[in-house]
Amino acid sequence: MPINRRDFLKATGAGLGALALSAAPVKTASAKQNTDETGSMLYDSTICVGCRACQTACKLRAGLDPVVDSTGLYEMPHDLDSKTWTIIKLYKDDTSHSFVKNQCMHCIHPACVSVCPVGALEKLDSGPVIYHKERCIGCRYCMAACPFSVPKTEWEKPLPLIQKCDFCADRQANGEQPKCSEACPTGALIYGTRKAMLDTARVRLVGEGNYIQHIYGEKEAGGTSMLYISDLDFTKLGFPEQNDVSLPDITWPYMQGTLGVIGVMVTLSTAIYLRTHRKDKNGGNGNGSNGHNGDNGNNGGSNTPKGKEA
Amino acid sequence: MALRLGEIRLRRYPLGPGMILMWVLGALGMGVSVYRWIFGLGATTNLSDGRPWGLWISFDMMSGIGLAAGAFSVAAIVYIFNLKKFYPIARPSILTGFISYILASLTLLVDLSQPQRIWHLIIYWNIHSPLFEIGWCVMLYLTVLALEFSPVVFDALHWKVPLKIIRAIQIPLIIAGVTLSTMHQSTLGTMLTILPDKIHPLFYSPLFPLYFYVTAIAAGLAMVVFESFHSSRTYGYPFEIKMLASLVKAIPWILGGYFVVRMAELVITGKYLYLLQGGAPAFMFIVEMIFGVLIPIFFFSDSNTRNDAHGITWAAVFTIAGLIINRVNAALIFMSGAFYLPTWQELAVTVGLTCLGFIMFDAAVRFLPMFPEPTPKAIKRL
Repeated sequence: MPINRRDFLKATGAGLGALALSAAPVKTASAKQNTDETGSMLYDSTICVGCRACQTACKLRAGLDPVVDSTGLYEMPHDLDSKTWTIIKLYKDDTSHSFVKNQCMHCIHPACVSVCPVGALEKLDSGPVIYHKERCIGCRYCMAACPFSVPKTEWEKPLPLIQKCDFCADRQANGEQPKCSEACPTGALIYGTRKAMLDTARVRLVGEGNYIQHIYGEKEAGGTSMLYISDLDFTKLGFPEQNDVSLPDITWPYMQGTLGVIGVMVTLSTAIYLRTHRKDKNGGNGNGSNGHNGDNGNNGGSNTPKGKEA
Repeated sequence: MALRLGEIRLRRYPLGPGMILMWVLGALGMGVSVYRWIFGLGATTNLSDGRPWGLWISFDMMSGIGLAAGAFSVAAIVYIFNLKKFYPIARPSILTGFISYILASLTLLVDLSQPQRIWHLIIYWNIHSPLFEIGWCVMLYLTVLALEFSPVVFDALHWKVPLKIIRAIQIPLIIAGVTLSTMHQSTLGTMLTILPDKIHPLFYSPLFPLYFYVTAIAAGLAMVVFESFHSSRTYGYPFEIKMLASLVKAIPWILGGYFVVRMAELVITGKYLYLLQGGAPAFMFIVEMIFGVLIPIFFFSDSNTRNDAHGITWAAVFTIAGLIINRVNAALIFMSGAFYLPTWQELAVTVGLTCLGFIMFDAAVRFLPMFPEPTPKAIKRL
């Protein structure tokens, strides 16, 4: 991006706020910088046989009703939804096919956590992004902001809540692995620390098989807890192409600039007020200031745009 | 003790068919809102997991708040810049802003999945969230607008003491209003900056906060013109064309600066390539720029158009439409997601809330001394 955000803030006067803030400790929305020891999962699409044991285990553990048709028979959902926290999809074209597992990526710098106005989403230091449903006001900003479009909501209900994978945070806290990886019979989905998962992935990439030489999730959107390796292009598997930027880092400088905006606007308004009302005393009354309207008009013309930039 | 209502009494402006239609549509909108609260968003809207924000967010919220910027702009011009000649439009402008913010809050109550928890914004904080800041600014600014507007009511009631208190804190109030507006008008833009991969590059910009702020001021001033036109047509109040023509002289400068910066960004970042590519995004971008920016600049800089009642009103309508197209382009049409067209219920709520705005304005004019008393001549003209 040629227009650097910092330059923008400086150029527009909000840089004053950044100056004031640089002295104060800055708390970030994201987890601690060292993510090596956080919980993580590695999915290897070349091993997955599409048995959907993970999907079933997830439904049972999370207590999500199966979606049934009008005759009461279970139907496979097409995508993640409010009753499907994880799903196995199949990619197929003329020459190749591959299964792929979707669920919350548990970003290291989650956009959903940073945008939630009431802090209903929380990034745990141990890795999971969890949802405090009792806080949620239902603005659905998390759904819009998620780069992977993971949070879903219960549209059919009068008072819908958000639904998404919680990475079995309660189980992880007890030293257990998530239900989905536990259920996987082939080892396509394994659980461990992020460092261990990355190491395993790197070993596999240089070993046998036609792996794409890329670990999806290592850097995408600033890095995620879910890591993927595959012999097919990741865009084919439905993964959005991501810049390796942490999304909360885009908005945070603007939010910090807010303090600068307050400072600039209060100072500027007060200064202009004092300046324009000095004439009142000299002029004596309203007529006096009317007489100066021409001058004030010019002042207004040049001062107003300045105010706008702040 | 008799109830002393002072100047608060019904002014006998004639009731036209337009106003009756507003009442009908307003009632329909309220009815549909109640239906939506009982049966939920899924039963009444075309929103989906792939399209969590629709018409209510892009039009009622984002555009509605943008168009309310006239209140703080005019307040600043009159009370901070001390341009007293604009005083006659201060009251109606503040009223228009006040109503717009009430409507935005009502929209939020219709759109939120958990509207009964809106107060959670007060007790649960997340300073990283642009929406958190907007929520707080709107709450505080609604209070400021109520206080800024309260002298009209106190004046009418002949309540001297409260009037004195408000007058004493008037300037700090105005400064607070200007600051809060600057914050949340720009933060509405910040809200969209976290969607770099979802909003089409022609409409996404790291300068969103600046663009949203600047266009809100231009369109807010245009709203003042439109509101004056509406008042003159509906209530026979003289159209203060000279004053308005002087007010809108600022718009070509504001929109001109905006246009230059936006074009410069297009060239510097190489995003102009998307224009050459053509298609819907390029088409809508050009529509937005020509009808929402260039035509208003051209109209408002022309002294003949500016001083013509229809010219200035049309230019204002273009400016207002320009802001709406801009917000809807960025927050709806060119935000990637599932296909979406609003349901009739969504449209009914949007139309109903807009009508409710006119109804509230009408009620204020009828019951409060907003304008000089209706004269027989003014009534005859209707």
